[in-house]
Amino acid sequence: MAYSEKLIDHYENPRNVGSLDKNDPEVGTGLVGAPACGDVMKLQIRVNAQGVIEDAKFKTFGCGSAIASSSLVTEWVKGKTVDEALSIKNTDVATELNLPPVKIHCSVLAEDAIKAAVADYQKKQGLAPTVKPNTVQGDRTELVEKGVLKSGI
Amino acid sequence: MKIPIYLDYHATTPVDPRVLEAMLPHFSVAFGNAASKSHAFGWSAEEAVEAARAEVARLVGATAKEIVWTSGATESNNLAIKGAAQFYREKGRHLVTCQTEHKAVLDSMHALERQGFEVTFLEVEKDGRLDPARLEGALRKDTILVSIMHANNETGVLHPVEELGRITRNAGVLFHCDAVQSVGKVPFDVERVNADLVSLSAHKMYGPKGVGALYVRRKPRVRLVAQMDGGGHERGFRSGTLNVPGIVGFGKAAALALAERDVEAERVLALRERLRKGLLAGLDLVSLNGSLEHRVPGNLNVSFSYVEGEALMMAIKDVAVSSGSACTSASLEPSYVLRAMGVSEDLAHSSIRFGLGRFTTGEEIDFVVRLVVEKVKKLRDMSPLYEMVKEGVDLSRIEWANPH
Repeated sequence: MAYSEKLIDHYENPRNVGSLDKNDPEVGTGLVGAPACGDVMKLQIRVNAQGVIEDAKFKTFGCGSAIASSSLVTEWVKGKTVDEALSIKNTDVATELNLPPVKIHCSVLAEDAIKAAVADYQKKQGLAPTVKPNTVQGDRTELVEKGVLKSGI
Repeated sequence: MKIPIYLDYHATTPVDPRVLEAMLPHFSVAFGNAASKSHAFGWSAEEAVEAARAEVARLVGATAKEIVWTSGATESNNLAIKGAAQFYREKGRHLVTCQTEHKAVLDSMHALERQGFEVTFLEVEKDGRLDPARLEGALRKDTILVSIMHANNETGVLHPVEELGRITRNAGVLFHCDAVQSVGKVPFDVERVNADLVSLSAHKMYGPKGVGALYVRRKPRVRLVAQMDGGGHERGFRSGTLNVPGIVGFGKAAALALAERDVEAERVLALRERLRKGLLAGLDLVSLNGSLEHRVPGNLNVSFSYVEGEALMMAIKDVAVSSGSACTSASLEPSYVLRAMGVSEDLAHSSIRFGLGRFTTGEEIDFVVRLVVEKVKKLRDMSPLYEMVKEGVDLSRIEWANPH
C-alpha cells in the first residue's frame, strides 16, 4: 500500500498512545469498531471544567491507516471544546492523511470514536447528549470534489 | 545480510542464477521459433524445448509427451478444468473441488457453473486438510472431474493426494491436482498420486514468471478441449508460439529442483522451525494456522492475537511477507482459506504468512525473530483488545458498536 508521508509518520511515531483512567468523571471513553472487521479504536478524552479537551489518548487494533487516523484525531481534539471536536469530519482526516479510497472507512471509524468518547463523557456528567455516535458527517460528494475519493466508486 | 529480507517465497521466487544463465542465449543468439521446422534456428530452439520438457517430466515422474507448456499455472488450471469439462460434458456435468483451492481453480469452477455444470465445494478440516471420506461421499455417477491441490498456497498444508487419487481412480473420475506449491519442495509422482492432470509453475521453483506446464496423462489417455486456438501447437492442446527462453529456464529449474530438493527441504525445514520456535519463545498468544506435520517445509502461517496483519507488516517493513488480513486485500475480505478452516475472523486479520526458500539464511531468520517479537509487543501495547484481555475482559461477550 503506497501511503503518504504524513500517514507513515503517524504510524511510525503515533501521538498520544495510552490510556486515561476510565473511572475518572472527567474522562470520556469511546470504543468503536469490531475485531471481526479488523478495526477497533479506543479513544479517551479528558475534559476540564470549561468544557475544553485537555488530554486525549488512543489505542487501536487495525491497519496502518487506522492507527494513523486515530493518532491524528487525538492531536486534533486537544485544546478544542467538545462541540468543536464534534465538528471534525472523517473527510478532514482522509484529506490530511491522503487516504487511499479503500481506506476511507478508517477515517469514518476515527470520527465515530470522537463521537463515542464525547457521548460517554456527557453521559457520565449527566449532560444532554449532543449527537448520537455512529453518525457520519463526511459526505461522498465532498470527498469526490476534494479528489480524495474517485467518483463512480 | 541484505535488507529488505525476502520471506515471501510462496508469492514468487527469484530466478536462480544458473537458470538465468541457461535462458540468456535464447533471447538474442539462439532466438529461433521452436515451430520453424525448416532451418537451424528453429531446430535448435526445438531441441532446447524438448530437453526442458524431459526435465519437467522427470521431476513429476511423467513421460515428456505428457507435458504441455502454458503461460503459467493459472492457464494450466483453466485448461485442465474447462478443457476436461467441455470434452467430457456428455459423460456428466458434476465436478468436485474444495473451498481452499487457488482462485484460478475456484473461478474456473464458477465459470463452468454459469455454463450449466454443477460443482461441489468440499469443506476442509480445522487443520486445513481434506478428509478423503468427504470426497468419497461427494462422488456421483455423473461426476467427471475432481480438482484438489497438493499444497495450499496460503498455509502450506498438504492434502492426502495419494489417498484422494486412489478414490478417484476406483470411481473412474479424472483427478486434477494443482501441484504448484509442492513440486520441487516435496516428492510428487503422477503415478503414486494417480493424477490425470497436474498444474505446474516455473516461478515457484526459481524459474521465470510467465511459463508453466500441464501434465496430461496418456495412459489412459485424457482428452481436453483446447482453450487457446491457433496453430495447433503442443499436440493441439495449446496453440501459441512457445516462450523458448522461459521454457528453457523452467527445464533448468526443474532439473535443479530434482537434484537439490531433498537436501534443501531439510535445510529450509530447520530454518522454519528456528523461526517458529523463536516466535513462540518470545511471545504469547501466537497460533499456527494449519497442520504442522503435513506442511511444505518453508511455510509458516501464524496469527498474532490482537495485532492486525497489515500494521505488523508495516512495522517489519524491512521484511517481505504477506498476510490474510482484509486490510491487505482489495476486496476487504479476510483470507477465505483461513475462514474455510474455521479460523475466526479476528485471527484471520492477525495472520502473517512467512515463506522461506533456497536463499534464506540463518542470520535472516534470527533477525526476523527479534524484529517480529519487538514489533508485536509494541503493537500489542497499542491494542485496546490486548489491554482488555489483560484486564480479564472476555472479548467474546462484548457487543461491538460497528459490526459493518
